[in-house]
Amino acid sequence: MNSSRAIETQDLRKTYRVGKVEVPALRGVDLQVRPGEFLAIVGPSGSGKSTLFHIIGGLTPPTAGRVRVGNVDLASLTDAGRTNLRKKTVGFVFQKFNLLPNLTARDNIAVARYIAGADGPFTKDFEEVLRLLGIDNRLDHKPNALSGGEQQRVAIARAIVNHPAILLADEPTGNLDTENSKAVLEILRDLNQRLGQTILMITHNPEAASFAHRTIRMRDGKITDAG
Amino acid sequence: MTAKLVIENLKNKPMRSLLSFLLIGVPVTLILTLQGLSSGMLNDAKERARGVGADILVRASSTTVGLQQSADSVTEVYLPYFRTKVPHVKQAMGVINHSINLPLVVTGMDEDEFNAMSGGFTFLAGHALHEPDDILVDKLYARQKKVQPGATIKLLNHDWHLVGIIDTGKFARLVVPLATLQHVLDTPGKVTSIYLKLDNPANIAAVVRFIDENTSLNVQPMEDYMAMAYDANNIPGLSEFIYVVMGIGLVIGFAVVCLSMYMAVLQRTREIGILKAIGGSRSFILRIIMAEAMVLGLGGTVLGILMSFGAWWLIRTLVPSSLSIRIVPLWWPIACAVTLVGAGLGALYPGLSAARHDPIEALAYE
Repeated sequence: MNSSRAIETQDLRKTYRVGKVEVPALRGVDLQVRPGEFLAIVGPSGSGKSTLFHIIGGLTPPTAGRVRVGNVDLASLTDAGRTNLRKKTVGFVFQKFNLLPNLTARDNIAVARYIAGADGPFTKDFEEVLRLLGIDNRLDHKPNALSGGEQQRVAIARAIVNHPAILLADEPTGNLDTENSKAVLEILRDLNQRLGQTILMITHNPEAASFAHRTIRMRDGKITDAG
Repeated sequence: MTAKLVIENLKNKPMRSLLSFLLIGVPVTLILTLQGLSSGMLNDAKERARGVGADILVRASSTTVGLQQSADSVTEVYLPYFRTKVPHVKQAMGVINHSINLPLVVTGMDEDEFNAMSGGFTFLAGHALHEPDDILVDKLYARQKKVQPGATIKLLNHDWHLVGIIDTGKFARLVVPLATLQHVLDTPGKVTSIYLKLDNPANIAAVVRFIDENTSLNVQPMEDYMAMAYDANNIPGLSEFIYVVMGIGLVIGFAVVCLSMYMAVLQRTREIGILKAIGGSRSFILRIIMAEAMVLGLGGTVLGILMSFGAWWLIRTLVPSSLSIRIVPLWWPIACAVTLVGAGLGALYPGLSAARHDPIEALAYE
């Protein structure tokens, strides 16, 4: 496998067991993502997009095949190893924002830093990112006092606070109106262009996919179009 | 950050937190009140015994000690023997201590002899015993029963005429003439204890040895008697009883925290999934749950201590004569340790369960 790739998978397979029935979710996925690439993954429900996302993000191990994120071979990682990967190497942005409801926006971001072993106030560079995201004056509010767009921007800030090699965004505009969707997509593109952030984005929306450099299509657990 | 997560979680569900504090606090109060009562009552009895001013106590050989007052008695014939035949004895006083309703005891005595031995009672109202049916009560009994001199008090199926209220802390709480009590109890010529005052306390050992060699009575220096009789370890069953209550406290703390944290973990399944998704390790999740349980345990202990002050005030206000209670700060860390152990054990299962959550399933939890 080529270590200069941000992400590389070979014949990646994942089978879930539901009771006594085995359900194949990925049936041999080969994927290469360059550092600094903004990649959109599209496909119908059940095509394996989320499973691919979960394996690359270290949330679940593959059943077979190889997957490398940066220099790390995920197939050989233990649960603790995947936890470490999630601390620093990947950042998640979810459709439902997934902020901790009891914490302020600032603490939601700080908790990710704390888990990664950092502490203290945000760096000047990151303060600049917060201004770029337009949430620098909303940091002391809890999620229930923020709009959907603001919550998603806080989630993006949380995802990149530890400078991950890869940002994984799962339907980041799925719960947003058109205006906020466009704002969030522009932010992702801006992060990609300004900071060189590698981004994988799952989406159903062709308009959202058009913000990416490349779009791959999945169906029945396989990549049908590598873009 | 762990502290912030814990505090925000507790603030987010204030009713759950307060109920947990309360339920954990109740056994803490129970432990402290029980310990306060045993300590208070033993200390009260000890102080009152010290108030006699005697050097030596003589009782029947099989007499039990402390808060238990025995019916075994000594004949009064010994009184002139002690006064005339035993060297160094300056004064000998026979009394009857008869339990009415433990720990309340009515004491029959010759007030003149008691005055000579101890310096006498301090009267807050009324006067000394003059008539056979007269009775003195201490201020705590008077306050609890709301009685004043002139009142009639029915005790042991006998009507007593209250003639004086004495200050508390000196020997007896209820005092009646010895002869009348002997008559009421149908024990003429008998006493339960004989107190001896010597010409010089330096002779105590010699006198005790003399009585021991020449009679079959149980004889002890007062200081030895008080050290033994009013030590909680010498009260049969008391320590065991306190241990049982501590065990109950441990179980309640365990159950309350286990239930509370189990509910919290269920409610926060998605949040646990979020923490795991951003890299929270199993030990980090377990640490948060355990820290929250420790805060519940500490909060419950503090509330329990505060409530023990409430129990202390209630007992001193409502039943000051029947029960003596002390605040026992030495037991605060013990009650706290019992609670924290219970809380820690109670949080273990919910904590491990949370730590084992699959992040994908937890994130999908609605």
